[in-house]
Amino acid sequence: MTQSPRTLYEKIWDAHVVETRDDGTCLIYIDRHLVHEVTSPQAFEGLRVSGRKVRRPDLTLAVPDHNLPTTARRDAAGRPIPIADADSALQLAALTRNAPEFGIRLIGDSDAEQGIVHVVGPEQGFSLPGATIVCGDSHTSCHGGLGALAFGIGTSEVEHVLATQTLLLKRSKTMEVRVEGALSPGVTPKDLILHIIGVIGTSGGTGHVIEYRGTVFEGLSVEGRLTICNMSIEAGARAGLIAPDDKTFAYLKGRPYAPTGAEWDRAVAWWRSLATDAGAKFDKSVVIDAASIPPTVTWGTSPEDTVGIGGVVPDPASFADPSKQEAARNSLAYMGLSPGQRMADIAVENIFIGSCTNSRIEDLRAAAAVLKGRHKAASVKWAIVVPGSGLVKAQAEAEGLDRVFLDAGLEWREPGCSACLGMNPDKVPPGERCASTSNRNFVGRQGPGARTHLVSPAMAAAAAVTGRLCDVRELIREEASA
Amino acid sequence: MEPISHVAGRAIAFGRKNVDTDVIIPAAYLKTITREGLGKGAFETVRAEPGNVFDEPANAGAPILIAGDNFGCGSSREHAAWALLDLGITCVIAPSFSDIFSGNAFKNGILTVPLPQAAVDRLMVVAAAGDTVDVDLEAQSVTTRFQDRFAFEIDPFRKSCLLGGLDEVGLTLARGDAIAAYEARAATTMPFLSGAVQAA
Ligand code: SF4
Repeated sequence: MTQSPRTLYEKIWDAHVVETRDDGTCLIYIDRHLVHEVTSPQAFEGLRVSGRKVRRPDLTLAVPDHNLPTTARRDAAGRPIPIADADSALQLAALTRNAPEFGIRLIGDSDAEQGIVHVVGPEQGFSLPGATIVCGDSHTSCHGGLGALAFGIGTSEVEHVLATQTLLLKRSKTMEVRVEGALSPGVTPKDLILHIIGVIGTSGGTGHVIEYRGTVFEGLSVEGRLTICNMSIEAGARAGLIAPDDKTFAYLKGRPYAPTGAEWDRAVAWWRSLATDAGAKFDKSVVIDAASIPPTVTWGTSPEDTVGIGGVVPDPASFADPSKQEAARNSLAYMGLSPGQRMADIAVENIFIGSCTNSRIEDLRAAAAVLKGRHKAASVKWAIVVPGSGLVKAQAEAEGLDRVFLDAGLEWREPGCSACLGMNPDKVPPGERCASTSNRNFVGRQGPGARTHLVSPAMAAAAAVTGRLCDVRELIREEASA
Repeated sequence: MEPISHVAGRAIAFGRKNVDTDVIIPAAYLKTITREGLGKGAFETVRAEPGNVFDEPANAGAPILIAGDNFGCGSSREHAAWALLDLGITCVIAPSFSDIFSGNAFKNGILTVPLPQAAVDRLMVVAAAGDTVDVDLEAQSVTTRFQDRFAFEIDPFRKSCLLGGLDEVGLTLARGDAIAAYEARAATTMPFLSGAVQAA
């Protein structure tokens, strides 16, 4: 029997089936497990109570990120500065205690490699194409940018993976998001994914795993692909992936945990074979023309509430679905906006450049390119740049990007999740607006009452300069004519 | 996990629709390291309302919660299930549940019972009057002393796990041989995926 054509997702799935139950549920083997301090304490506690061990510590990596302050972690004498928030300190201490107790490698807060799990995994070559990757965090979909099947899990599942290295799962449906053509200048991967979510909606991918296909994704850098896949979860999908190619292999080669020698060659051969076969069927397909995508921002409290920067705040009455009308009315009340307001007139007092979506070196370069030789507007009260990892930070400093940010009046911070969700002290004050490169604009996400506009790093930098949401292309034109 | 076959007793007549996990346990309570103690933050915003059902003295320790459509929507936080358990709630009856919540509830030994709206409305009346509700998992039925009897559906696998108090980790560990066989296979077909990290 010749095998029927399969998608990338189906090939990875098939390679990881330990066994299949009568009802179609599969026991799926997990190749890589990332652990952070928020969703793991109760899982370790569960193991301890039942006297169980971690089956494969060698496939597990622990990194604290959510609770860490992004201000200096050591005083002038090199002594650790205690964490003021007692609950944050408790979660961090639990991870520091649990990892060695269960034989797991911990990249701790004082290690140069520490950072956001989803930045650290690819950067360390821990995340690989074709691997199944999980973490107790919904943005694990990020690692799909390497061509991995990566998704978030709950604490009970964290415990299940720690103890058994497997998960019980049902196969998802497949969805293709195809974008062909070329992106306009000034349009970045973040604009692309915001636009896609705007088109398919936050439940458009529910029950599906998305594969991003087409010339646009082939043309993106690996870091750009990580940004795309990161936000798959905001389109309701369990995971998103992009076929690995030469760029992926070049990105991974030589990284600390990546295979070497003959194993590397074997790995590359297998990774190449994973691409979706010609004729493979997707359960759902969405096609978007790249040229139609403008720099994109959000106006509401759901990531699907997107509009081009040249657009206006929509009228809730313009939505066909009554429940969406209601949601839009609530969003606008929370955001303090009225229908018809021009997006480019909206003033912002806070700028956050960071998060697992946009805190890699290319993101920082894009922001710095806009900020170079400019200064933040006086009306911008708080503007922080939080690199995704210690290594990104070091690289940025080697390139002098930290000077660009500091000279422009922005703060240069230590790596972590930071104001993406404000579990640490980095929060946006109630009622204030933030142009943020993170992935969720939910009510209260960046702090109680905080109003979030999701943007790309270049657009966040442009907002810092002008004190309002603004089309970064205006600044680029200014430069050209200067 | 405690085996569950019967949940009988007072039922909290809550009835609200679209109760999200932020309502069940606000984000401020997520910074914990144990499963216990979350009851103090459970339904915090509801409990700020005077005369709410949760603070009715007769409802203290009630094992059953009756809610409206789409119970447990929102974030995937498992703390929502732990918060209910900490209140002593081991069974939730509602017209529908979010998938993630019902999965988390099941994993923590909480029985979720989907019933048609009319049945839920009737049980709300019974519960509000202070009468008890009896949920029989074996028979898959909900009954009251007024001859009410409502049948409910449950996944057979979940049912047997709940009845036996079997936890999923334990069940999968029993498949250790199959997992080891997979690992042996993968070590030859995909050796580059195994053994990434030098353990601590
Ligand atoms: S940066 Fe934000 S989205 Fe990413 S892992 Fe941290 S909290 Fe989650």
